[in-house]
Amino acid sequence: MAGSTGRWTGSDMHPAPSVILFTTLSGLGFGLLIFLGLGLPAVTGWTAFGFFLIAYVLAVGGLMASAFHLGHPERALKAFTQWQTSWLSREAVVAVAALLVMGIFAAPAVFLGLRLPVLGGLGAALSLATVIATAMIYTQLKTVPRWNQILTPLHFGSVALAGGALLAGQLTAAAVLLLAAGLIQIGHWRVGDTRFAEAGHTLATATGLGQPGRIRAFEAPHTGTNYLLREMVHVIGRKHALKLRGVALTLGYLVPLGLVLIPGAGHVLGGLAVLSHAAGMAASRWLFFAEAEHVLGLYYGRHG
Amino acid sequence: MTQLPTSTTRKLGLVIDLDTCVGCHACVIACKGWNTENYGAPLSDQDPYGAAPSGTFLNRVHSYEITPKTGPAQLVHFPKSCLHCEDAPCVTVCPTGASYKRVDDGIVLVNETDCIGCGLCAWACPYGAREMDKAAGVMKKCTLCVDRIYNENLPEIDREPACVRTCPAGARHFGDLGDPGSDVSQLVATRGGIDLMPEMGTKPVNKYLPPRPRDTWEQTDILAPFLTPVSETPQGFLGWLDRALDRL
Repeated sequence: MAGSTGRWTGSDMHPAPSVILFTTLSGLGFGLLIFLGLGLPAVTGWTAFGFFLIAYVLAVGGLMASAFHLGHPERALKAFTQWQTSWLSREAVVAVAALLVMGIFAAPAVFLGLRLPVLGGLGAALSLATVIATAMIYTQLKTVPRWNQILTPLHFGSVALAGGALLAGQLTAAAVLLLAAGLIQIGHWRVGDTRFAEAGHTLATATGLGQPGRIRAFEAPHTGTNYLLREMVHVIGRKHALKLRGVALTLGYLVPLGLVLIPGAGHVLGGLAVLSHAAGMAASRWLFFAEAEHVLGLYYGRHG
Repeated sequence: MTQLPTSTTRKLGLVIDLDTCVGCHACVIACKGWNTENYGAPLSDQDPYGAAPSGTFLNRVHSYEITPKTGPAQLVHFPKSCLHCEDAPCVTVCPTGASYKRVDDGIVLVNETDCIGCGLCAWACPYGAREMDKAAGVMKKCTLCVDRIYNENLPEIDREPACVRTCPAGARHFGDLGDPGSDVSQLVATRGGIDLMPEMGTKPVNKYLPPRPRDTWEQTDILAPFLTPVSETPQGFLGWLDRALDRL
């Protein structure tokens, strides 16, 4: 681990799989809930049961996966208290509200064949708000200039809508949304690539040692690794960034778009489109975290 | 409570003199020593004697090299811990209210029994001042030795942060940066103390005193001009060797 130069060359860097799983699955789940709430399709009975089951398994499964990321999951209830300032707290509150409202909407639809459109609309709005709140957790961080841009919530929102449309079998909507989400994805990468430089954070501003002359990191504070480097200064994902972008774009957007455009696409092709989209989004989310350059890396001599 | 106070009565913090710091890391050890056995969860180490040691520290010393346009390169040792920012982004992102900034003295603290270990505060901090303890699963950070500075069981001389108390070079100073008349505020005013990453808008309380310009030989000794080498061409045996090798 400790190089002879004193420079840290760690091997233990990776975005947390639980967070990638969470944002991918819950995005799909809440995306499906949006469409179910809007009555697209307007299902009742056992068909509705099947749809809601898939949506809840994805959304709740995603939330459970995120809880595994916590140091103390048993205290998770405390996270509902600070919604006035914290986007993470807001996400928790809105997610539970969305799941409750959609539950109340789903029960009569499944068991009585009764649809309550107002409740469904409210649930759909809360589901979209959940996805946006998740995105805002990352968007708000000035410390990660790549995330700190308007396209981040648009990216999360458009992906959830596209995935939801696919799962809901809304093929026309899915085609339009996949195209839009794909373009936003490309935009997010393009804008993100220059955000760090534009924000103007350098080793000189980080240390105040800009004048006079050139400054470089000479020695790290420790020979081993630490929490900060493991958690926030990744390099492995970046090495394959271009390939992963290709994979994400192809599997996440192009393949499902092609599949839904096939006339008379049935459940098999639809299922394939969903699987391809989910795999592509997992790659996209991996990149989202792996390419996140945190300004604290400057103190360790990263980012020039 | 994750809403930041609009103002604090005092602004307790550190002033770190980059001109004086010798990079001995005594502050790092004193900090770890005090904070691993006093307030809150211990600062754990993983594989401390093995091939890949790693552990939780609240204070770390970086080293940077400055190469001026003229003159020799200069090594600057750079201790870094929580800056107890007035506009602390780590506090407002906390979902549980575990992170808070005290109204009375401005110290940023973590209530460890409320911390769920989500790590978002560490992500929100531009300075890498917060570290999650791997064994305890809670966020650790500099408390400004809150259990020393008000501790009447300690002799008065010890009622300052462990890092300040131990620094053999006198490079660390502790005091109220909200009081313009305090020693630390005077020091900052005299030496042109600076904020780290001011463009982040965090308004750090801790200040850094930049290294002063180095003396030149002309400034240190009026005889220096007379001590410059008289002849650059080697004489005697070395001169013969030089000429002989040239001819080869």
